[in-house]
Amino acid sequence: MATDAHEEGGLVFHPMDQFIVKPLFGGDQVHWYTITNVTLWMALAVVGIFVLMVLGTRGRAIVPSRIQSVAELAYGFVYKMVEDVTGKDAVRFFPYIFTLFLFIVFANFLGLIPGSFTTTSHFAVTAVLALAVFITVTVLGFVLNGTKFLGLFWVASAPLALRPILAIIELISYFVRPVSHCIRLAGNVMAGHAVIKVFAGFAAIAVISPVSVLAITAMYGLEVLVSFIQAYVFTILTCVYLKDALHPSH
Amino acid sequence: MASDTTAAAHDSHDIAENLVEQATEAAGMPQLNFDTYANQIFWLVLTLIAIYLILVKVALPRVAAVLSERQGTITNDVAAAEELKQKAVEAEDAYQKALADARVEAAKIVADTKAEIQADLDAAMAKADAEIAAKAAESEKAIAEIRDGALVAVKEVATDAAAEIVSAMGMSADAEAVAAAVTDRMKG
Repeated sequence: MATDAHEEGGLVFHPMDQFIVKPLFGGDQVHWYTITNVTLWMALAVVGIFVLMVLGTRGRAIVPSRIQSVAELAYGFVYKMVEDVTGKDAVRFFPYIFTLFLFIVFANFLGLIPGSFTTTSHFAVTAVLALAVFITVTVLGFVLNGTKFLGLFWVASAPLALRPILAIIELISYFVRPVSHCIRLAGNVMAGHAVIKVFAGFAAIAVISPVSVLAITAMYGLEVLVSFIQAYVFTILTCVYLKDALHPSH
Repeated sequence: MASDTTAAAHDSHDIAENLVEQATEAAGMPQLNFDTYANQIFWLVLTLIAIYLILVKVALPRVAAVLSERQGTITNDVAAAEELKQKAVEAEDAYQKALADARVEAAKIVADTKAEIQADLDAAMAKADAEIAAKAAESEKAIAEIRDGALVAVKEVATDAAAEIVSAMGMSADAEAVAAAVTDRMKG
């Protein structure tokens, strides 16, 4: 396919090349400790979060500066989400959830810089995030509620005959959660970036290029929305799952 | 023979591996390149720990402190405003009371002054009345004196005139008898 395109003249599509993990300082091998573009962009996310949440709030002003406002807004946004969705007793998990939210938001938005590498477009990353939530919820559910946590799968309000069938369905849906949780985020981010890249490929043809540029602009706007919405969705689903662990009896 | 087959198997194995590699590259999903997973997971865990520590050690306590401080400031300011409002209401009440007191005082002063003036006036009137009465009595006395004087004069004139008339008629008369007759006539 790719070679075909080459022969047809000028059209080069490598929409997925932007996702390749490369070592930063030479070498082909990617060991677990190798400093790669993943390292760079994750480090930049940490720097961004540090600037926003630590340097931005340095003034501790009663009347906040702009950056401090944003930091407080993010704090209030996630805090209220945890409180509303999961309950007041879940506030102790707020730092954990806020960490996830900030990481995803910063990774998504840093990924929108042209030429950057989007860490959240990789299943390896989102799977770890989703599994961390899944394992936390499961362990926490059993630790806090003991065997009562299994009541989550035993729908007491349904007729007795239906309950075993419902239990199987509930069990499957419970184990599908981390999969959908991780693929939703990585899939959305990856698809958006790939589509932008495909439009960019078309820009090589002079006649189509204005349309292509417009399409890229539109897609970019959409991606800005998607970046935030996916972070929001991931966070709110984390809250919803956590609610099951804290209050399994619906 | 046996080594041939192993070599062949090896070959086919290599070919298969190559095919798989090519297929992976052609499919072009770096996300499914499991060689990079360990690397990504390692750096991700490190990143998450770093973010978590930054948040828990510095950022979250600070933001929470700022937010609660702001809430406290707002509450205090609202309370202070409430207090000031209460004070303003009290001041207005005090002002109204002072105004009412002043009015009462003024009315009292007006009434006092009026009474004083009335008393002065009454005294002056009484004095004037007394003076007028005295003057009138004096005048009356003078008039009575004049009237008495006139009566005596009339009697004398009448007696003289009667005596003259009697003498003119050629008769003499006793002066005492004439006086008695005149007095008698004047009574009647």
